[in-house]
This record gives sequence, C-alpha cells and structure tokens, in this order.
Amino acid sequence: MFRFIARRLLETIPVLFIIVTATFFMVRFVPGGPFDSEKATTPEIRANLEAYYGLNLPLHQQYTNYLKAIVLHGDLGRSTKYASRTVNEIIADKLPASLQLGGLSLLIALVLGLTAGVIAAVKRNTKTDYAASSFAMIGICVPTFVLGPLLVLVFAIHLGWFSASGWYDWQDRILPSLTLGIVYAAGIARLTRGGMLEVLNLDYIRTARAKGASEARIILKHALRGGLLPVVSYLGPAIAGILTGSFVIETIFQIPGLGREFVNSAFNRDYTLVLGTVILYAVLIIALNLVVDVVQVWLNPKLKFE
Amino acid sequence: MISPSPDKLPSAGLTPAQLERGVSPWRDAWHRLRRNHLAVFGGVVLIALSLLCIAGPWFSPYGYEQTNLDNTFSPPSSAHWLGTDQLGRDLLTRLLFGGRISLMVGLVATFVALTIGVIYGAIAGFFGGKLDRAMMRIVDILYALPFTIFVILLMVFFGRNIVLLFVAIGAVEWLTMARIVRSQIMAIKRMEFIEAARSLGLGTPRIIFRHMIPNILGPIIVYTTLTIPGVMLLEAFLSFLGLGVQPPMSSWGVLIKDGAERMEEYPWLLIFPGTIFSLTLFSLNFLGDGLRDALDVRAAKD
Amino acid sequence: MIRPLFGLLALVTAFGLVTTGCSKKSGASSNNGEKILRVGNGAEPQDLDPQATAGVPEHKIQSTLFEGLVTDAADGQGIAPGVAESWEISPDGRTYTFRLRSDAKWSNGEPVTARDFVGSFERILNPSFAAEYASMLYPLKGAQDYNTGKLTDFSQVGVHALDDRNLQLSLTDPAPFLLEAIKHNAWFPVHLPTLAKFGGIHRKGTPWTRPGHLVGNGPFVLTEWRPNQRIVVRRSPTYWDRDNVKLDQIELHAIENQETEERMFRTGKLDYAYGLPLSKIEVYRREHPDVYRQEILLSTYFYRFNVTRPPFNDVRVRRALALAIDREAIVKNVTRAGQQPAYNITPPSARFAARTTLDAGLPDQPARIAEARRLLAEAGYPDGKNFPTAELLYNTSDGHRAIAEAIQQMWRVNLGINITIKNEEWKVFQDTCLTGNYQIARAGWGADYDDPHTFLSIWRTGDGNNQTGFSNTDYDRILGGALSTPNETARMEAYQQLEAILARETPIMPIYFYTRVYAISPRVKNWVPNPLDLRGWKWIDLAP
Repeated sequence: MFRFIARRLLETIPVLFIIVTATFFMVRFVPGGPFDSEKATTPEIRANLEAYYGLNLPLHQQYTNYLKAIVLHGDLGRSTKYASRTVNEIIADKLPASLQLGGLSLLIALVLGLTAGVIAAVKRNTKTDYAASSFAMIGICVPTFVLGPLLVLVFAIHLGWFSASGWYDWQDRILPSLTLGIVYAAGIARLTRGGMLEVLNLDYIRTARAKGASEARIILKHALRGGLLPVVSYLGPAIAGILTGSFVIETIFQIPGLGREFVNSAFNRDYTLVLGTVILYAVLIIALNLVVDVVQVWLNPKLKFE
Repeated sequence: MISPSPDKLPSAGLTPAQLERGVSPWRDAWHRLRRNHLAVFGGVVLIALSLLCIAGPWFSPYGYEQTNLDNTFSPPSSAHWLGTDQLGRDLLTRLLFGGRISLMVGLVATFVALTIGVIYGAIAGFFGGKLDRAMMRIVDILYALPFTIFVILLMVFFGRNIVLLFVAIGAVEWLTMARIVRSQIMAIKRMEFIEAARSLGLGTPRIIFRHMIPNILGPIIVYTTLTIPGVMLLEAFLSFLGLGVQPPMSSWGVLIKDGAERMEEYPWLLIFPGTIFSLTLFSLNFLGDGLRDALDVRAAKD
Repeated sequence: MIRPLFGLLALVTAFGLVTTGCSKKSGASSNNGEKILRVGNGAEPQDLDPQATAGVPEHKIQSTLFEGLVTDAADGQGIAPGVAESWEISPDGRTYTFRLRSDAKWSNGEPVTARDFVGSFERILNPSFAAEYASMLYPLKGAQDYNTGKLTDFSQVGVHALDDRNLQLSLTDPAPFLLEAIKHNAWFPVHLPTLAKFGGIHRKGTPWTRPGHLVGNGPFVLTEWRPNQRIVVRRSPTYWDRDNVKLDQIELHAIENQETEERMFRTGKLDYAYGLPLSKIEVYRREHPDVYRQEILLSTYFYRFNVTRPPFNDVRVRRALALAIDREAIVKNVTRAGQQPAYNITPPSARFAARTTLDAGLPDQPARIAEARRLLAEAGYPDGKNFPTAELLYNTSDGHRAIAEAIQQMWRVNLGINITIKNEEWKVFQDTCLTGNYQIARAGWGADYDDPHTFLSIWRTGDGNNQTGFSNTDYDRILGGALSTPNETARMEAYQQLEAILARETPIMPIYFYTRVYAISPRVKNWVPNPLDLRGWKWIDLAP
C-alpha cells in the first residue's frame, strides 16, 4: 500500500505540471484581457499596465518566470484585479470560510444522505423508501439558487431564526451549510440506496443472514461495505468541490469564500488568480481521488492496489 | 450501447445467476418493468411531457418571442394559463419551447457523458495497471482544468452551435461516471463468473459489455438520473457564457433562474417551470429505479 | 467498517466546531450611543490606493479616507473647499492657484502640504506606476507626455508647489470643469513617506493600504478590511473639519448581488442598499415609499452601430432602426425604474439640454415609425424586404437581455426586419466591441464629470471609446475648439452643434437616460441626490 501511495504521489508531479501548463496557455487564448474595462484606456496606459505586470514579455518567458516563482518560492504571483493582494494571500484569506462552509455542509450531506439512503434500501419499495427517496429528490429538483433564497425567506425573513447573510456568527453558518448540504445529501442518498441494493442480494449477505446475524449487523457491517463503493467514487470529486466553495451559495449568503474567486477570476481574466485556484483545486482532486482509491480497496478486500 | 444479447451466450461455465437469466431476459425485464406502477407512471409522464413539448406549441395562439409590453407579469388567467413574463410573453408557450431544448440537452448530453464515462471507466477498471493509472491521471487533469475558460475557448474556435453545447457538457460530466464505473468493474472483475467467462476465451469487449456492465447497471442508472438535472441546469450557466440557448428562445434552466429572482413578487414564474422540471426528474428517477429493478439479474430470483 | 466512518464524521464535526469557534465577532452594529452607518457598497474594492483604482466602489471608500483640493458640497450640487481653502483662476482659464489650509493634517498628525500633491501627481503620472486612470490628469500641461514617457523631467509638468501652502496647476487648454474633475480619486493626495516605508512609491499593491498602515487625510480612518465582507472606517481625530463630521463609524459592505443586498436591508443589517433588484422596485415604490429613492444619474444607455459594415454604413438604415423603437414602452414596462427616454447622448441637466435630437420634427411614435419605414424603403428595403441578416450583441445580463428582446420585436413588428440577438460574456464582449467585430452592440456611458464634454468627446475620430467607426471632420473640429471657447454659453453652443451632427448621422441609437434606484433608512440624514452619485461623507448624519 505504501508503494502504491508513494507512486501516486510521484505521479502527481507530471499531472500538476500538465494542469498548470494547459491552464496557463488556455487563459491566454481567451479573448479579453485583465485591463479591458467599461471605459477604454489609451494604448500607452495599457502598455504601461502590461509592462508593470510583466505581460509584455514573450509568452514563453512569462511561463518560465511563473513556473520558477512557484517552484523556487511557492509564489503564485500577484492578482491583477485585486492589486493589493497576492494570490497566496487571497487563497489564505478566503479558503478558511470555504473550508468551514464545506465542512459543515459535508457533515449535513453525509448524515442526511447516508441515513436516507440506507433506510430507503433496507425498506425497499415500501412507504418508508418512498418518503426517504422523495426527500432526496427535493435536493435534486431544487437547485441551490432556488433553495437558498427560499430558506432565507422562511427562516431568516419570516421566522427570524437565522441570519439572511453574512459570515460573522454561528447563526450565519446555518442556512448556507444547510443549502449546500441538502444538495449533496440528495446525491449521496440516491447512490447509497442504489449501491446497497446491489449488495443486499449478494451471496455473502445471504450467508450472513442464514447464519442468523442480526439485521442491523448485516446492514452496517456487511452491506454498507460493498454498497458504499459508488458513493465513495462520487465523494472524491464532490468533496473537492464542496471544500473549495460554491459560487452560488457564497453569492447568495455573502460569504467571503474561495468559490467566488474560482468563477470571478476567469471573468476578470485575472490570469494568476485563475492559475492559483486551479492549482489548489487540482491538488485537492488528486489527493481526494487517491484517498478514494485507498478507501475502496479497504472497503472491498477483493480489490488490490494495482 | 449496452446491448447484451444473452440468448447467444454459451451456457457452459456461467454462474447460476447467469444461467437463470433465461433465454429472454429482455422480455422478463419488460414484464417486471410493467408491473412496477411507479416506473410505468414515470415513463408515461415522460412520454406525455415530450409529446406536449413537441406538439403543444402548434396549438398555442402565442409565439415564444411574441411580446406584449402592456401585459407584463400577468398572473395565470384564461388568456394566459400560466401567466406572462417580464415582456408579456406567454409562459406556457415558452415553457413548452424551453422543454424541447432542456429535454434534448438533458438526454443527449447525458447520453454523451454516459457513453464516454462507461466505456472509459470500464476499460480502465478492466485492464488496470499502467493503462488504468494513465487513464485516471487524465481524468484528474480534466477535473482540474477551468471550465469557464474551456467553454469560452470552445466558442472562440468553433463558433456557437448546439453540438458544442453537448461537447462542453459531455466533457465535464463523464468524469465522475468513469470513476464510478471503474471502481465497480474492479470490484467484480475477480468474481467467479467473470473468471469463468475469461476461461472460456471470450473477447475482452464481450466480457466487459455483456457480462460486467449488466451487473453494475444499478449505480450507472442512479448516477445517470443524477446527471440529468445537473446537465439541464448547467445549460443555464452556459447560456450566461453565450453558449446555450439564444434569446428570445428559452430553456427550463433559464426560466427557473429568472423565476428564482422574482419568486416573492411573481411566484408563478418560478412555480410552473419548477414544477414541470421536478415532475420530469421524479419521472426519470421512478423510471430509472424501475429499470434498475427490472434489469437486476440477481433480484430476479426473488 | 462503521467505526472509521464515524471517525470521519467526528473529525468533520470537530473541524466544523473548531473553525466556527474561531470568529466570534458580531456582524450587527453595536449601538451604545455611537452613530454607525452601514451601507452596501457594490463590488469588493480592488485596492484602497486612490491612484491605483478607477472604480466607483473604490471611490466611495477612498473619499472617506482621503480628501482632495475640493470636495463634495453638503447639498450635493457642485463643490466645497477641501484641503484648499480658496483658489484663483487666471483670466485665460489656464492657471489655477490653490491656497491650502494650514490645519489640513494627515492621520499621523503631519500637515498636508502642496508638495504632497506634487509628489502624488508625479506618482500617478509616472509610467512605471502604470495607473489606469492617469488620463484624468491629462488636462495638466505636459502630463500626457510625462505619462507616455515622451517627457522625463517632471518639473516641466504643470503642477508646482509655490511654497508649502500654495499649489499651482497649469493647463494645456482651459478646462472649465476642472474643479468638478479634481474631486475624482485620481487627484487625491497620498502620504509618500508611508508608501516608501511599505515597499516603494511607484509600486501598486504594497501593504500600505492595510488597516494600521494606511495614512490618509480624510474625515475617517481605516480600522478594518475584510475582503468580500466589509471595510470599517472611524472618524478621524486629525481631520481639519472633525467637528463637522457627524458619524462615528461607517461600515462599507462589499455586496455585488442585489437580491442579497436587499435581503440584508430588509433584515435590518444595512441602512442603505446601493441598488434595488428590478423585481423589488415596484414593491418598494408602493409599500415602502419612506425608504425608496429614485434619482437621476448622469448616464446613458444606447446601442452602437458599426458604421463601417453594411447595412449600417447607410445612415438611412441607422436612422430607421433608431426611430422604430418605442422608448416610452421600454422605460415604462421593461426597465421600470423611472428612466427617461433618450433621443440624444447627453442627459439633460440644468445647464444643457440638446436642441436637435434624433426625433426632431417627429412628435409621436406613429410619426417616428412612419419616418422609419420611409427611410428603410428609401434605403432599398421596403417593408424590410431583402434586409440582410444582422445581429445585435449585448453583454450577458438579464436586464440587457430583456431590452434586446423587446427591441428585436419592435423592429420585427414595425419594420419587418429580423435581427438576431446574441450575448457574450463581459470581457469577450469588450474585446468584440474594441475590434469592431459587431453590427449593433449594446453600450452605456456614465459621466466622469458634470459637463456634456464627457459624453461628446468619445465620438472623436479614432477615440478608444468610439468603437463605431464614426468619423466626421466637422465633429472633430468643433469638439477640438469647444474647450477654448471664451465662455460657457459659447461652449454649450458648440455642444449643441455636436449633438446635431450625432442626431443626423446616428452612429449610435440612444435608448434611455439612467436613474439610480436605491433604499435608504429614514434614520439617515443629509443623504442628498447627486447626478454622479458622489458623497461628501462628512455631511451625513444618523438619527437615533
């Protein structure tokens, strides 16, 4: 297993290199630049700006400079949009809020999703199943940009229990975490139900049943194990997405997270910030997919580290 | 794509479960599906909705683009059954036209993602080793590339057209499907019936598509039903970038987004598109669950 | 198997608790007798450095922290003395001499001197500093040459400190609106020793703008800056007019989403919402007239025609399209915020209203449509027959989309022509407009200063903001002479001629003059209308 992990970590280097290189050149070929604004500046001022940020150098030189700064100093460069902050600073500033929001949402998603999914699978095609599955369907049918404002209307504006927006108190955390959590809970519940159903009829479950193991033990010890495979595959990228923030939720609830920077940096043509966020996301995705692969082997002993 | 014709399968060396599928598993599955009331309901609703979206607009006295600035935001009435929007256009007509786009995007783009994801994931999972590692690292890379930038570049180089929409959506949506299929394939590839098929000397494509994939249809179907709403809403975001539908045409995603911004004042603009969207998804899920149950080779024994 | 799962959950829970526990500060304003104003301020500021930014949200924050030679008047009209207590203008209008007040102080207690202004102007004009809005200072003699590197000796630029308290500005041409223009943040002074301490004078984005570092000379000082959340400023103990500053603290919240902002206002988290979502305008107007405000904003919404491409190289086609739309219906039923229909580019004001407009001699919509149909037929497209395919381009936004859809229908119904509409993401859109790769494109223009010049100068041949390909020698000549005219009457007359040329040639199709719609708590006092939406923060008060 350690060889497996070590090899994967080694593979990360070329993968990251390809991602950085591809992104670096992709953003440069997109029309529009960081200094286009409502009011066009003179060509001389634009030239001054480009010189200031080193954007007047040949592209390959900018590229090598960028790589050098990252490798030698861990420096992701300077944001062109937020002139007073470096990309490192922006990420350090905004990641914590996204991690908090993501962590709470993930908790909600896992608790609700797994519970609903397991119950639905065990009580398959009964009223309980339909109730649990329908609950999951709410999360699938109602997009975040509808659910968020709806929750705010009911719980913040009419009932006054929680805050409508902001990111200062614990009351501020409830509604956004719930909104994001419910959406992922829906996916988890559906996949858990599906995965469990695959397993519940397998021979080893039947054997366990025949041996007179208690139903709870069968479900928790045996069925969940195989049934969680699809959920775990889904969770890798989903957790990376959850932890790096959500544009919609952060906008609706006025949360200073990183999700908005992912989207806005592309719209602002803030090249360095695009790259910085992409690198962060890439690291998370790679790490989580590695964790997923390890967890899967451990869930299913028939798999091997290949 | 998943078209096993098991009547041609040699029966020797198969597991009992395989044998029990009998000579006409498709007919069996069809029978089981028909007995599942919810699945039948889902199927009927989907067909009815599709027909309505295709044929409905012919019977509407209004065009989807026809504005009436003296009758904006009118609530449902006998003249406009579902009310009118910001420019006084008939919401029902726009909803039906939008349904054509959304259903097509939802089904076609999901099919693209499904096809790529299943084949890719199955190949990686089946062969394992270096090939699997290379293929999964490519998936990691594609996960990380910035989607917004990718879509804008697509438009710059290829202009805007509907095929591009499917490419853009298909390009991101297959990744998780591939990872799910891969892990499932890896989980079953050491099971006895696969070993048996191998020992019979069956070709790899045959083993994958006729023996393995039918056994992992459950997660595939579930994830597919999760992908469809995602795809339909993604289309609204792509419209923002200028790729999706071009106004004055609309889609369910765009109508829901517009309605969400006015939910307090003009609730019908959210309720009706939201209802038809949810109805579609519920039906798809019922049908999906029914299909899963009907095609479940093991549950068939019960 | 289940154990590790719970382990994971426990980990996540702990994580959630720990991180939640970290920030205990409350978002609500405490009200222990202090006057704390909480306002929505649009986008997150790019920086607080007044010479490095060009945006409106930044300007609002900077005008709490810094003060220029003159500042906004209490009544919202014109100017009030700022750091300069008085000034003299030479008879030829080319030399301005400002007398600085002796008690003007930086927030670290040092006096604000004429040399501070000279050094600050050198900074923004220095090409290596690469200021986006350096062009604001181009009226100064030699400023443009210095900024573009043609002149390297700054002493030849028209700004001189005669002594500590006397500052002289020399202009290339008379700029009758100079006193209005120098309210802009590009003209604010900065404290050069502080800049030098935090990484250099000619560098952007050094930490000098952080709380605790920033030294300003405005009525407030910076105490908190949480990116994408809020900026907090408190009354300055060193400001010369501190006795007249009414508020103890201002919280400027960075909120881009109007729906979110409105909900914050409704739940009492804001005293002022910068803008109201379209769907809420009606509701507020009807049910909350006490907080609803609607004001004129010096901005125009229009479409550009690409006059170099057929069929829009034919002025008859341009005029036909421009006349065939019902602006009254658009402002009444689509934009709905009390905008005024526009038939020319410069919004009407007390000093100027265009005489000759697009609809001259066509008093009502039927007459305009008849004329439009006649022009289109004359151009060879009777009833829209054989009209080539054409495309209307706009940048993605629900508002622009609705207007484009309505106009598309009007053209179809009134002229029988079918024009497709297409949206592009903002930066792609700008690129398309700059390269002239469009046929009709949506546009808007807001005033930089209160003078028609700001609307009319962009139609000069080859101007970066012209983008239509419109080029008219008469226009360029009259515009070139407008600022050298002997008096205001003559200048306004020149503007009238320019408007007449635009009305005749129709390189653009004006649609409406903007309004600004916002919500403000009745507790906020002295919040006066201003056509550029500028605020003299020190005048604003908050009733208990």
